[in-house]
Amino acid sequence: MKAVATARAVCASFLAVSVVLAQSGNTDRPPASAAPKYDPAIYAELQKAPEKARNRPNPLQNDPDAVAAGAILFEQHCAECHGKSAEGSRKAPSLLAPEVQNATPGTLFWLLTNGVVRKKMPVWSKLPEPQRWQLVRYVKSLGRPVPASESPAPKP
Amino acid sequence: MTSVGRLVLVCLFFLTVLSLLTPTAALAQENPYFVAYDHYMEEPGNLEIEYFSTFGTQRSGNDFHAFWGEFEYGATAWWTTEFYLDGQTTFNDSTIFTGFRWENRFRVLKREHLINPVFYVEYENKNSADKILKEGEGHDVESDFLISNAEARKEHIHEIEMKLILSSTFKGWNFTENTLAAKNLSNSPWEFGYAFGASRPLALKASAKRCTLCRQNFIGGVEMYGGLGDRHSFGLHDTSHYVAQVLGWNLPSGWTLRISPGFGLNDNSHRFLMRWGVTREITGFGSMVNRLFGGRK
Repeated sequence: MKAVATARAVCASFLAVSVVLAQSGNTDRPPASAAPKYDPAIYAELQKAPEKARNRPNPLQNDPDAVAAGAILFEQHCAECHGKSAEGSRKAPSLLAPEVQNATPGTLFWLLTNGVVRKKMPVWSKLPEPQRWQLVRYVKSLGRPVPASESPAPKP
Repeated sequence: MTSVGRLVLVCLFFLTVLSLLTPTAALAQENPYFVAYDHYMEEPGNLEIEYFSTFGTQRSGNDFHAFWGEFEYGATAWWTTEFYLDGQTTFNDSTIFTGFRWENRFRVLKREHLINPVFYVEYENKNSADKILKEGEGHDVESDFLISNAEARKEHIHEIEMKLILSSTFKGWNFTENTLAAKNLSNSPWEFGYAFGASRPLALKASAKRCTLCRQNFIGGVEMYGGLGDRHSFGLHDTSHYVAQVLGWNLPSGWTLRISPGFGLNDNSHRFLMRWGVTREITGFGSMVNRLFGGRK
């Protein structure tokens, strides 16, 4: 009987969590304009990139598809924390900030590869190297107008 | 089937249905392993709901279908915690709930290195009828599964299991090695085991078009695992060992499907294991709960 009671309690907890999940999923997100301002110190992690990593060129710099592919990867893996337009949210800083846009591609690649695990930024080396470089291309493209030919395909 | 088993299955069903209603899913980018672990943690605040099955053949006995549900949560970027519910059906016998597990993985180093260590610790509260074969340890052999469910479930096991996960990523390949030490909290010796894995996405570059069947969404590989005896008789004698092909398909909708045919490598092993699983990743779960209970907007 004790086992039955324990199983009931465990199941009740999970069902409660499920209801939370289903209800909260419909909560509207705050508008982009509500994104908080970040302490510039948060971008200091970029300065920690070793010189060798900083100077690495993006091998996909001239790949015509890199920005479009990077945009899809960004939406799948990064938008949840950094915002759909990379404007930042209360979870993670804006990637439109000059500190990011002025960083070299190699610096951004290094940060993406190593994460900042003590500050909730995961390690993204589970994405293959070419995909990380595609993401870097996309993030860097946010600092300039994207030509129509480089825009990602619209969502079906 | 017991009332406990029925309750667990009903809960898993409702949880799965409700997770379908949740719009905030993301491409999971999961590795395809069933037994081996790599060094990647769940993203902070994300919840992954997983269901896995193992069909196994049994010489001189009834084949079985073991199943388990996993709830994996990214507590931080360096700590992932996971809760399991296990059960099994032995054909011509019965279906029973076999126990639960609570697992924690801790990333040791801040940055990415050639070899990345992760420390794993798990508490298991199960009975001897457990057949999920989630790891190879000690002198576990095929004949252990010949005992009927009614008899096996009478023996309760409280076990602590620790692993050192050493994992590397090179040119798109993941190579991982897991060393396992487990201690039944009754008066039993430490038992040991191992797992190796290697996997790679079928394509390294992402497509510029949204697609479900693109090669980059598939990850293939192989894993090998088995027991290494115990403190009193360390080694390969009276141990079981398996090799399995693994394939994962990460769908853009947030679902991951996995399949793995595995084969026993000696006479102490089940000849054939067929595993499959489905995973759903839900992003921002921690924030949802926080909002619901009046956290910061």
